[in-house]
Amino acid sequence: MALLEVKGLKAYYRQVQALHGIDFVLDEGSITTVLGANGAGKTTTLRAICQMVRTEGEIRFDGKDVSGMATEKVVQLGIAHVPEGRGTFVRQSVEENLQLGAYTRNNKAEIQADIERVYDYFPRLRERQKQQAGTLSGGEQQMLAIGRALMLRPRLMLLDEPSFGLAPLIVQEIYGIMRRIREHEGTSMLLVEQNANIALDLADHAYLLETGEVVMSGESHVIRDDENVRRSYLGY
Amino acid sequence: MARPNRITPGLLIGFLIALAVSIAIPYVVSDFVTYQFTLAMAYAVAMLGLNVLTGYNGQFSIGHSAFFAVGAYMAAIMIEHFGLSAYSALAVAAVVSFFAGFLFGFPALRLEGLYLALATFALAVATPQLLKFDAFEHWTGGVQGIFVPKPEPMIAGWSADHSLYYFALAVLAGLMVITWCILHSRSGRAMMAIRDNPIAAKTMGVNLPLVKTTTFGISAMFAGIGGALFTYASEFVSPDAFNFFIAVYILVGSVVGGIVSIPGAIFGGLFIVFAPNYAQDLRLAYPILPPPWAIFGIFLILLIYFVPFGVWGSIERIYAWTKRKKDR
Amino acid sequence: MDLFLQLTLAGLAIGSIYSCVALAVVMIYQATDHFNFAQGEMAMFSTFIAWTFLGLGLPVWVAFILAVAASFVAGVIIERVVVRPVENAPVLNQIIVFIGLLVIFNNVAGWIWEFTIKPFPSLFPEDLGFKSDLIGPHHMGVIALTLAVLLLIFLFFKFTRVGLAMRAAAANPDSARLVGISVGWMLALGWGLAAAIGAVGGILVAPIVYLEPNMMSGVLLYGFAGALLGGVSSPVGAVIGGMMVGVLENWVGHPAVSGVVGFNLNELKLTFALVLIIGVLMFKPNGLFGLTVVKRV
Repeated sequence: MALLEVKGLKAYYRQVQALHGIDFVLDEGSITTVLGANGAGKTTTLRAICQMVRTEGEIRFDGKDVSGMATEKVVQLGIAHVPEGRGTFVRQSVEENLQLGAYTRNNKAEIQADIERVYDYFPRLRERQKQQAGTLSGGEQQMLAIGRALMLRPRLMLLDEPSFGLAPLIVQEIYGIMRRIREHEGTSMLLVEQNANIALDLADHAYLLETGEVVMSGESHVIRDDENVRRSYLGY
Repeated sequence: MARPNRITPGLLIGFLIALAVSIAIPYVVSDFVTYQFTLAMAYAVAMLGLNVLTGYNGQFSIGHSAFFAVGAYMAAIMIEHFGLSAYSALAVAAVVSFFAGFLFGFPALRLEGLYLALATFALAVATPQLLKFDAFEHWTGGVQGIFVPKPEPMIAGWSADHSLYYFALAVLAGLMVITWCILHSRSGRAMMAIRDNPIAAKTMGVNLPLVKTTTFGISAMFAGIGGALFTYASEFVSPDAFNFFIAVYILVGSVVGGIVSIPGAIFGGLFIVFAPNYAQDLRLAYPILPPPWAIFGIFLILLIYFVPFGVWGSIERIYAWTKRKKDR
Repeated sequence: MDLFLQLTLAGLAIGSIYSCVALAVVMIYQATDHFNFAQGEMAMFSTFIAWTFLGLGLPVWVAFILAVAASFVAGVIIERVVVRPVENAPVLNQIIVFIGLLVIFNNVAGWIWEFTIKPFPSLFPEDLGFKSDLIGPHHMGVIALTLAVLLLIFLFFKFTRVGLAMRAAAANPDSARLVGISVGWMLALGWGLAAAIGAVGGILVAPIVYLEPNMMSGVLLYGFAGALLGGVSSPVGAVIGGMMVGVLENWVGHPAVSGVVGFNLNELKLTFALVLIIGVLMFKPNGLFGLTVVKRV
């Protein structure tokens, strides 16, 4: 059984319908990427899973239907969302941000150990422990956002455009760390990206969205070799 | 409805019927009840002012008691110290209140929503103390206030109560018509544009500061006229009569009647004057009931949850619904 | 000089009470972007609750703690039941709800306890072991207790998990949900704390202004003035602002000032608060310690 199964998912912003019934699956331990142009509905998909927007259709996480649940309850099932724009608590320190990531957990020793693990993945964050999160650079805030998500010990991580606005070198660094996270923690990831190249490099499977519908899906290397995809999304 | 109504035949007939009924009232009820209706109209005028400011221009005020007091005291002072007739005094009160509002409109330009509410709240709370201030005592009568005799009847042979009633009726009806005209003019559209989207209004060339301060002035003027009428009806002004709760009455009346409407003010005025009386009568029968305004507080909150558009808004919606059914 | 010192210390004492109200206002504003206009009436009602406990024969400090605890619970309930339905409603609707609460509390208090003025005992005994010519025992106690309460609040927010969660929920509700925080309950907690702090302020001011249903309207106004002066985005600023307003208010009432201006400014204290509020809003809307908020067009 897949970790995440979505059937006939529709999503609405007030009266406007952003998703017109999409289906996809995500197996445990895999990285799946959702690609598409601006406005295709990629961010909406992630928001829909977390119930941050009104949805119709089925969203099954580990067999459990999460539609209608409050966002914080969905999170407590083990889904960590790294939102568009990082969503860091800018007035709080780096360390406080990580502690907040572990809000749903109780074991202080384990939480402290996890904070150390996050610092191992992202040494720059250790240097800036006590600093106010808002003073960090874009790349560091992205690392902090991912670190905060890790603090949940999630089974599934949703990442919304982690490369957005970052220099290529930093993006490489972050994606390298994401690869290591998948290897060591076994965390499944649903990755939304506009930068199709780097996403297809990391992911196992890919879905292509266009105006709220899935127009293509398959294993990432197949998608990458497809002519149309190359021309439309990869630029060559 | 966010815009004032077109004059439909139904509306015109309704207005004429209401007018006819209003004219008949003093002949059908006691002098005391006539006085109550006059009071209701005084409040209605003030509520109309608040509707213009908040309903149609989007500026909040929970301090209209201050302008109400300005009008009331101005009228009283003109009569007491300058020997003006009630009718000239009303005109003075109107002009002074307009300027009071217009001037307050300047700091108000800088204040948005909640902050403006706060500033007007402060204004209302400070007003009674300001009115008691001893430097002004010669004019305001200090804590004792000023006695104002009821205006001489407009037409010989009429009782003072009747005369005042018809005067208030004429003022209210006239102001309602004037308001309708303003709202249907370019200025009115500018007011509403500012309410709905100030930045877009600005880019379309609306002179925001001028429209907003003028609207504040007009609104304060209405409140001041209401205050003057209130003075004539009560024959007395004193500082504590114009405390923050008067601002609450005006706000509650506006909301109950329908703050984005002109006729709503009438329902608001009637509610504020008559509902507490009925509630009190009910309490005499059932002493266990809490005081009227405790119940009204709950009623107000429930109203804003379920019927935020007030009585007139409900009438409009029912009318639109029946029209849709007929058209099918 | 003595008079000046006395006025300043008295100003700090009354200012501490304004700080309590200011802090309550800022806490709710930070969490919800609302100004709770009913804060004063809620504090007054809490003080009447304490008075009722006193009437039952309970010692003053027990009555105080029970009333503060009850206020906390009431604040939580009011947020969940009364305020929640208009959380995302237009601002006017929210204002109406607060006015409604104000009216309810004021009238129910008048109904239960009547509008006659009642004396309320000080929490602090007359004989504290030492005396000062400059400041009375109640005022000393007020400053000390307020500082203690504020310190507790500060420690709560800085060092506890719930405190951190509340700060997070206020700063960024969406992200707070994404880490599993129930933002709704954080808001309720904020209201509870604000109500409790307001109750402390009410119980401290009652011995000075005497207990009656309208006792808090002026205090609330000063509380708002203090909050604005300090900066509504800064709890520390609110506290300092409250103190400053208290001291300024007393200085303005000094005979020397009245001598200069030509009339007795003591009678115009509320107008002073009004001028302060409008002045701050016009010229330094973020207060002395607040952050500038930039509005994106």
